[in-house]
Amino acid sequence: MTTLERGLETRQAPPRPAGGFLDRPEWLGPLMIGPAVLFIVLVVGIPFLLALFYSVSDISMGDRTMRFVGLRNFIAIWGTTNFQTAIWNTFVFAIVSQILVIVLGTALALALLRDFRGKWLIRFLLLLPWVAPISLGTIGWLWIFDSTYSVLNWTLETLRFISPNDWYMWLGIPHLAMGSVIAVHVWRILPLATVILLAGLSSIPHDIHDAARVDGAGYWRHLFEITVPLIRPIMLVAGLFGLVFAFTDMIVIFVLTRGGPYDTTQVLATLAFFTGIQGGDIAEGAAIALFLFPMLLAVAIGFLRVARRTEVV
Amino acid sequence: MAAADKTLRNRAARGGHYGVIALFTIFSAFPFYWMLITTFKSTPDLLKRGNNPFILNEAPTLEHLRVLFYDTLYGQWLWNTFFVGAIVVAITLVLAVPAGYALARMMGPAGEKLGIAIFLTYLVPPTLLFIPMSRIIGDLGLQDSLWSLVLVYPSFTIPFSTWLLMGFFKAIPKDLEEAAMIDGLSRFGAFVKVVIPISVAGILTTVIFTLTLVMQEFVYAVTFITAARNFTVSVGVPTFLVHGDVYFWGSLMAGCFISSVPVALLYNFFVDRFVTGFTMGAVKG
Repeated sequence: MTTLERGLETRQAPPRPAGGFLDRPEWLGPLMIGPAVLFIVLVVGIPFLLALFYSVSDISMGDRTMRFVGLRNFIAIWGTTNFQTAIWNTFVFAIVSQILVIVLGTALALALLRDFRGKWLIRFLLLLPWVAPISLGTIGWLWIFDSTYSVLNWTLETLRFISPNDWYMWLGIPHLAMGSVIAVHVWRILPLATVILLAGLSSIPHDIHDAARVDGAGYWRHLFEITVPLIRPIMLVAGLFGLVFAFTDMIVIFVLTRGGPYDTTQVLATLAFFTGIQGGDIAEGAAIALFLFPMLLAVAIGFLRVARRTEVV
Repeated sequence: MAAADKTLRNRAARGGHYGVIALFTIFSAFPFYWMLITTFKSTPDLLKRGNNPFILNEAPTLEHLRVLFYDTLYGQWLWNTFFVGAIVVAITLVLAVPAGYALARMMGPAGEKLGIAIFLTYLVPPTLLFIPMSRIIGDLGLQDSLWSLVLVYPSFTIPFSTWLLMGFFKAIPKDLEEAAMIDGLSRFGAFVKVVIPISVAGILTTVIFTLTLVMQEFVYAVTFITAARNFTVSVGVPTFLVHGDVYFWGSLMAGCFISSVPVALLYNFFVDRFVTGFTMGAVKG
């Protein structure tokens, strides 16, 4: 018995002793994945720890010394109206835009589910906002919203909705400015949500729809009692991605309004940039940016729960 | 009567369907049409409030394009973007291709968890990390250098690419590598000589996505780079061409259009694979 086993072992040994560890998955696996993990730890992990560290210190741009100040930065920013406005704006911006994205994205995905001529071109045009560099797309909107030459105002005037003397300052009036940055953000994220939702819709087996039709369900009942429940997991995925992008985005606001007018579109990400990078107060900027972290954590946990429930294999 | 009613309703439904698609398409594509038409409009035409802004009211002009390429650093920015993009693609492939393969084949169930963990780092936003990052870049002496971007961009391209490639490698039948190993190749040899050559489509997809991620990045570039000639396109156009009270809308829109639409065209061919990556198997076809 033992001799037989030994005999088998020698027969199974690799024929070329030189190739040893290149053949053994338990060595080769970690060896192949190690460099990528190491890189991510170095360029994501370390800065993250530094951000934690800075937020409890008194570091600033000109000064190289650092002292531990505990939660002083957090307490200091929590009390400022700047910060309170930014937190409120972040939630308004993220949640309103995400609700719009999911509702509009579902409507658009349902429309795209059917075949029609020119679908390739339409898909290309619909994807443009997501694929084009967002800072450049937003510049396009800056010109659309221009206070003197806005094409929106021209159209409204031509259709006799407004008179030549009360053209809107789209980016200069608090509520309009918030509406504008939300609209541009929705414009940008909508393609991503739509393609994700479309993937969910196309994976519903046909017989389910057929059965509902045979049972005489009308369009809206069919939509809300069959289709929407079936794509709920995928809606959640699209929504979570969208929330991450909306909570943490600063590009749209940076380019369109720079947080103005009167900080009414200032969000955490832009406030952190203006405080920490342009203002030079690294410690306070880091503390502001860290307020993004609990939101991200919540999203990540939600995400993992969806992944577990749908048994990602 | 009932039949006529039904065709009418069908026709209304189809009209509604086209209407919905048309509305969304206009919403999505209008800014790009706007860039294109502004590019060729003469300045007096742009600045006359009475003119219909949707069409060319005067003869088209190439003046804005001339200004963009000869009087601004736009060409330099395009080159910078390409330079950073090429090196980041190389780094990403070298690190993410083996990692994706290892996750797909050699790590067992732990590989799945590690894969999700790596993917989640893609969601850690630049706006959370840019402050310490700018300090590190300063300490390394890379402030204002394109190499700072080369160093930092793989932090989001590697997680996403690893995840995508893992999906590709999983779809390759295991028999192919096993046959190669019976023929005397080592496991690693089989990966290099058999798996990589048949994964060209997957690797090309990764290249395209990495390039678009690099082109879109704004936050790190605006934080690290201050000298105009070291900007990438996504930062140079909005920060350098938009200054003072006089906006050169024609050149500005030309710059936006030229650097958005060609990439988008390329991307459109690969979008289905991108979606598969994002849905993380929550959809099973």
